[in-house]
Parts: sequence; C-alpha cells; structure tokens
Amino acid sequence: MPKVLMKGNEAVAEAAIRCGCKLFFGYPITPSTEIVEYLAKHLPQAGGTVLQGEDEIASINMCYGAATAGARVMTASSSPGFSLKQEGLSYLAAAELPVVVVNVNRTGPGLGGLGPSQSDYFQCTKGGGHGDYRLIVLAPSKGQELYDFTMEAFDLADRHRTPVLIMSDGFLGQMMEPIELKDPPAALLPPKDWITDGCEGRTKRKIASYSLTNEIGEANNLHWQAKFEQIRQTEQRWENFHADDADYLLVGYGTCGRIAKSVVLEGRKRGLKLGLIRPITLWPFPEKAFANLEKVKGILTVELNAGQMVEDVRLAVNCRTPVELHTRLGGMLPSENEILGKLTQVFALPAGEV
Amino acid sequence: MEKIFGRSAGLTELPFHYCPGCTHGVIHRLIGEVLAELDIIGKTIGVAPVGCAGFSLDFFSCDFVGAAHGRAQAVATGIKRALPERIVFTYQGDGDIAAIGTAHAIHAAARGEKITSIMVNNAVFGMTGGQMAPTTLSGQVTTTSPYGRDCALAGPPIDLPKTLATLEGAVYIAAGSVDTPKNIIQAKKMIKKAFQVQQHGLGFALVSLLSTCPTNWGLSPVDSLKWLQDNMLPIYQMGEIKVTGGAAAL
Repeated sequence: MPKVLMKGNEAVAEAAIRCGCKLFFGYPITPSTEIVEYLAKHLPQAGGTVLQGEDEIASINMCYGAATAGARVMTASSSPGFSLKQEGLSYLAAAELPVVVVNVNRTGPGLGGLGPSQSDYFQCTKGGGHGDYRLIVLAPSKGQELYDFTMEAFDLADRHRTPVLIMSDGFLGQMMEPIELKDPPAALLPPKDWITDGCEGRTKRKIASYSLTNEIGEANNLHWQAKFEQIRQTEQRWENFHADDADYLLVGYGTCGRIAKSVVLEGRKRGLKLGLIRPITLWPFPEKAFANLEKVKGILTVELNAGQMVEDVRLAVNCRTPVELHTRLGGMLPSENEILGKLTQVFALPAGEV
Repeated sequence: MEKIFGRSAGLTELPFHYCPGCTHGVIHRLIGEVLAELDIIGKTIGVAPVGCAGFSLDFFSCDFVGAAHGRAQAVATGIKRALPERIVFTYQGDGDIAAIGTAHAIHAAARGEKITSIMVNNAVFGMTGGQMAPTTLSGQVTTTSPYGRDCALAGPPIDLPKTLATLEGAVYIAAGSVDTPKNIIQAKKMIKKAFQVQQHGLGFALVSLLSTCPTNWGLSPVDSLKWLQDNMLPIYQMGEIKVTGGAAAL
C-alpha cells in the first residue's frame, strides 16, 4: 500500500475519519492544533461534524453528550488544555462512555513551552481528575503508530466502555513521516445497547454517575475497579526490543522509546548487551514485560519529565533490579550518546564497553 | 368512571421527593405534560446537571443524562449534534446555569444550538443548603451572604434570560413564574413554545421560571410564594422577552 507523507497530528485525524469518528469537539492549542484543523477540513466531507467549543471544558462535555448518544467521538488538546478536560474525564470514566482523547503533550507546569514533553504521564495514567478511576493510555512512538493506535483507541473505548487517551507529544505531532493509510481493523465489538437515544419502543434509560447512598456508591466503585482490573490483566501492551538476553535494560515510551532503540543498537555494536522495553500502554502499565528478565543487572528509564514512569518501573520489578533515571526537561530531547554515557555512569560500566 | 385527571405520561411513577412547598414538582409536571401533548416522550433526551435539578433524571419518562455542574448545555450540544432529529432539553437551576455554566449558556445560545433549556430560578443554591447564587437579590440573606447580599461586594443579581436575548442565535427567550394558577398556565405555554421552536429547528430556546425554596429561604410554603411575588417578580423581567420571526408564527 502506498504511503502518504503527513504530520503526526494529521495521521491521528485521518485515522479517526477512516474508522468512523463522526464528531469532533475541540479547541485550538499548540502543538495539537493540526488535529482540529485537519478534521475541520476533511470530516464534513466524510459526513461528520467538527464543532469548535467555547473552551476545553465545553469540548469534553460535548464529547460526553455525543457518547451517550452512541456516536464515535474524539477531542484533542495539549497539556494546559488537557488539564481543563480532567473534570470531564472523571465523569466520562464514571458514566463509562467511550471517547478518544488525544493529548499532544507540551511542557509544563503552567503555560510552559511548545517543545516535546512527557510531563503529563502522572495526569494521564493515575486518573487526573477526582475519584478512583483509570483510563487506557496508548503511547505511540512514530507517525504510523499515531495512525494505527488511533484506530485501536476507538475499538478499545467501545470494547471496554471507557475513555481512551493517546499520549503524543509536540515532537511526534509535528513531525512529518510516511504513513500507510490502512483500513480499520475488523474488530468484533459489543452492541451499544446502553445508549440514551430516545426510549421509543423500549424502557427509559439514564446515564449518570450520581449516588447519595453510600452502599450504592461503594458498589459502583467496586464495579469500576473490577473493570479496571480486567483491563489491567488483558490490555497490557509493550514492545520487547532485544530485551530477552540483555544485561542492561532501557525503558522508554513514545519519543524516548524511539531514541532508546538507537541506543540499544549502538550499545550492542560496542559490545554492550542492551535491551529495551517500550511501553505501548502506559495504563495499564506493562508490568508483565518485566516478569522474565531475571538476568538484567540494571534498568535505566528515559523520560521527558522529572521522573514519573520510573515509579511504575520500580513497582514492576519490585526492587529486584536497580532502576535509574535519565531525563530531559522543558522541551529538550536526550541524545544517544548522552543516554549511553548515563548508563556507563550509573552502573559503573567499564568505559571500554561503551 | 372516567378518569379525568392523572399523572402525566411524561413523568414516571416515582413520587417527587422535593421539599414541601418547593415548586420543582410543578415545573416537572408542566414539562411532562408538554412532552406528552407534543407526543415526543420517545424521542426526547433530557440533561440535568448537579443540584436539586439532578434529581429530575428519575422523574421524567424520557431518556435522561446526568451532567457535571454547569455542563448540561455542552452535553446537550453533543447529543443534539449526534442525533439532530431528537429533542434535547436541559433542566438547570439558576446557580448552575448562571454561575459555573454561564459560558456554556452564552455559547449554546450564540450558536443557535437547537436545544431547549429550562432554567429554574429560586435565587439560591438549593441542594448545598441555600448559598448565595448569581440570582440572589440585593440584601437577601443566605448562608454565604449572612448580612444580606452586598452588591458592592458581590455585584447585583444577573438576569440571565435578558442577557441571552441579546444573542442572535437565541430565538425564543421567556421568563415566567409558577406562583399562581394563572402564571402556571402561562409558564406551560412558554415551555411548550420552547419545545416547538426546537421541533421546527429554529434555534436556541430558553424558559426561566421563578421557583420557591421554602427550606433554604426559611419560610413556609405559602409565605415563600408571597416572598417570590414581593421580591423576585419586581426584579426579574417577566414574559416573552424575545420571540423572533419563526417562533412568533408558532
């Protein structure tokens, strides 16, 4: 199949159109804006609607409404705007509504800058809004994955009745790469027999997350937790890149996962048995990926934040293996040599090895 | 024997559990009757946010969606854009629509969103226990204005329907009251027209209704009606505030 050169943000938008997303509600913010721009141009031609909300809060709540009506719906934003969506995400999680939300992560805190960052990891993977909830978080590392994972995100959302986040960054969103415009996967999805689209011919339905009875409130929470546990067991995804025989392991996702691959190949050229675990789902965190790596002597996580995923890596290896951290902040990216140098330093490797 | 009066088909069998003397129940009944008379129960989706309005999900016989505080009109927008042939309405208190939800109210009206909004104005945040709302009257004592609303501190009350009427997309804006049988009949006409405006796809419609909150006002049900008449009616503009071309022809 021929490939088309497009920006990462455009790949997300094109994938959404091709897998039946008919509604997009958004608000412009750099570096995610090409998503709303591309859809504003192309979605109407595919029979859909793009509505620019008065703010991010309106946009996520419009998504909430569209999801109760059974539509495939998406919104996209970048970090400060994504913060504004947290209230809506909590309600979406509680009401169990399938919506795809793209966060093209920029730097923070505050207004921050426009460079690539992964500093919303905690916000994406630990809930972000109020209450006990988790959302499936997919972490693409290249244009093709932005396309593929967007399609996957809609299916996961429908399968589990949950919002699904795509955690991209300013680097992935803006970079142009060749994309194969695949057809959507033929997924077998449950019928949407819960939507509130008018009760003609059936009994009334309601969708809400309100309970003033503590016993019911607890039962609701246990139901949600059971669902999250089922997702935790069944939806962990990762890429194992030369990890099986590795002495030292890198862990990185998204842009960092991509850089880390080059580090692994370069390290092996120099006689150092490096491997990579690249989380594809950030939640559920792919802890299973670390189950059979007993011979690994040390792990270095590489992140574009002050050290957020490193906590999940430490939990996954349960202190069996030393876990160190290499980070760049504020929109900067690490170089291969920098990461190799950090490995040598923290694990006191002989300089000759690298 | 022929039954000549019963519960409206637009309402469920669940008894209202609003406080004694609260007029939410009257407004519910009017909406229920309108849904039944227009024969739209099966194609209507209601949206109610937080507050006493949040109870209404269970009382109407149509499908219903619960929204976050202030967000009902954004949620209703999403539903209407997904299902343009359905009838979508919001049921919101004054504390909801005129404070935390103001941006959504203004922009839903500005877009001419083809939804119907019912605003219930009792001049307080009711469910949280009678705090000052944007609609609280000058000098009115609430739990967060214990010395009376000081307009130098909090500003004068907002008359939201009047504000929304300035927007082109708002095609029918009306304000009524449910304090007397005459006003109740008038209120029902307004509600009906607001739904008909949507049926004809004309644009945004809102009906604001003055309502009592005896519990938080600290008054008996009868005294509450008198308080509404003496204090709220003179402040808020009443009647059909804006009826544009298509709506006038209904």
